[in-house]
Amino acid sequence: MVNDRLLKDTIPGFLFALAAIVLFYSCNSSDKKNEASSKTEIPNVSKTTPKAKPPPYIAEGKKVYRQVCLTCHQANGGGVPGLNPPLIKTDYVLGDKSNLLEIIIKGSEAELARDKSEYANVMQGYGMLGDEEIANVASYIRNSFGNKADPITPREVAAYRSSIKN
Amino acid sequence: MFGTSQKLNDLLAKLLFFSIVLLAFSACRQKQENTEAKAALAISPDNEGIKVPDGFGVIKVADSLGAPRHIAVNSNGAIYLKLRKPIDGEGVLYLEDQDGDGIADTKKGFGDYGGTGIYIDESYLYTSSDEEIFRYKLDANGEVTEPSNPDTLVTNLVSYRTHATKSFTLDGDGNIYVNIGAYSNACQEEDRTLGSPGVMPCAILDSAGGIWQFRADKFKQSYAEGKRYATGLRNVVGLDWNFQLNKLVVTQHGRDQLNTLYPDLFDQKTSANLPAETMYIIDDGDDAGWPYIYYDHYQNKKILSPEYGGDGKKTAGENAIDPVATFPAHIAPNALLFYTGEMFPEEYRNGAFIAFHGSWNRAPEKQEGYLVAFVPFKDGKPSGDWQVFADGFAGVEKVSSPSEAKHRPTGLAQGPDGSLYVSDDSGGTLFRIVYTKE
Repeated sequence: MVNDRLLKDTIPGFLFALAAIVLFYSCNSSDKKNEASSKTEIPNVSKTTPKAKPPPYIAEGKKVYRQVCLTCHQANGGGVPGLNPPLIKTDYVLGDKSNLLEIIIKGSEAELARDKSEYANVMQGYGMLGDEEIANVASYIRNSFGNKADPITPREVAAYRSSIKN
Repeated sequence: MFGTSQKLNDLLAKLLFFSIVLLAFSACRQKQENTEAKAALAISPDNEGIKVPDGFGVIKVADSLGAPRHIAVNSNGAIYLKLRKPIDGEGVLYLEDQDGDGIADTKKGFGDYGGTGIYIDESYLYTSSDEEIFRYKLDANGEVTEPSNPDTLVTNLVSYRTHATKSFTLDGDGNIYVNIGAYSNACQEEDRTLGSPGVMPCAILDSAGGIWQFRADKFKQSYAEGKRYATGLRNVVGLDWNFQLNKLVVTQHGRDQLNTLYPDLFDQKTSANLPAETMYIIDDGDDAGWPYIYYDHYQNKKILSPEYGGDGKKTAGENAIDPVATFPAHIAPNALLFYTGEMFPEEYRNGAFIAFHGSWNRAPEKQEGYLVAFVPFKDGKPSGDWQVFADGFAGVEKVSSPSEAKHRPTGLAQGPDGSLYVSDDSGGTLFRIVYTKE
């Protein structure tokens, strides 16, 4: 029965893998097309982008991350299964900026974090950090570990803080 | 016309006879081959990547099991596994190996709750959710008779997000010992929060942070019917009754985050290496000292926790018991088993196997301890240092984060032939370690 189940599990898995490969190739080729077309439209940007220095929030945000986030969320942002949630390609990191800011500032008391109850450990709020530190670490998280999203500015952090005071 | 038909009939009859003989013969051969296969265990040529001492081999009993936590093997060698989360409404799995090659051939399930604890004796299978302990009647073959109708022995144990699992064992004298883990790292006013002081006295200890004793034959017991058998234990996942000593033995997960909570007192490297994971021999009424102290295995001392005014040097906990064995920090002892089998060489008899889940709280230092350890015992006391018994579960040379580990040892059980079973709640695999030398 184990073998039967394995077989049943493997066949859809195989089909899925096949579909994924096909999808990957088709997606890849369309990406290339997009790149190519964007190159022709704005040639200056694409020439300079690969050599551009990473924005300052990467280095500054990494400092904060190493100090307060890394032990639990780990160097690769993968978290710890069952204990600390991952930060890789998740809606609470990449989605609405206020979601991520709420968790950073309120900790796991945040409504969103409480819903992720499969993770056992408590996270403290880091509201005592400055707007710039929070903006840097949030932007670093949103643009590390394979993530890619708009950075968050200190002004947005300040705006979020005053929105939760009211 | 008639004669030809008669001949044809004869021919057909002979043909039929021969084919029956042939069929019977080949069926016989088939059966013989099956009997031969029964003797041979399907030991993995590369031991599934697990490094074991010379003379030992590893069988992959089953995989794709979800997140199996603690495990138990009945007298026929069939295996029960408690799953962290039920799959398709089944939180306990029952695996049988029909042909004796060591690989499970059938899988059944029951019990629509997640959990960690499981234990078997001649008459009953016991399991736990994060709040309750159940008991299922077994038939003569060691199989559960009424999977949808267990007795509830213990109920309403505290269960918050932190350290919620309820590991337990029995003493052979009708008592159950269950770990109720502290729902906190170090009993700070605000858990895991920089600068938050320790609560004095730690109120969590009233209902958690210790081992509670209940009867194995009474129903619906909770705190009022049970007894706090030992206190000051942060979280015990691996525990076993030692029948030589006739005492409970537990392994504790030590506290986390000395550096992140007290960066002025502990640097990252010190925090990765402190405190010790500890093994205690427990007497009725013992206190192991959490949250007021932690054990420093470099100084061999009980050190006052920084939440209670400690600085990494001040000692405390004069009334707290000392560990009988210590292990590297944060590697998470998740199962303890005293080996009473005959299969393994003499030096393993009555010693302790410990399944270490592997660390996370060593970051940014590299993670350690995805292994099964062994502590030799003589006359009920450790008689030598701990040693690595089985290693390589992580499947990679360097683990910088636990999500990279392929397997994480979680449960241990001894088979009727003396095999050692190891469950893995990360890769969903069940391993069986056997000794192959005569």
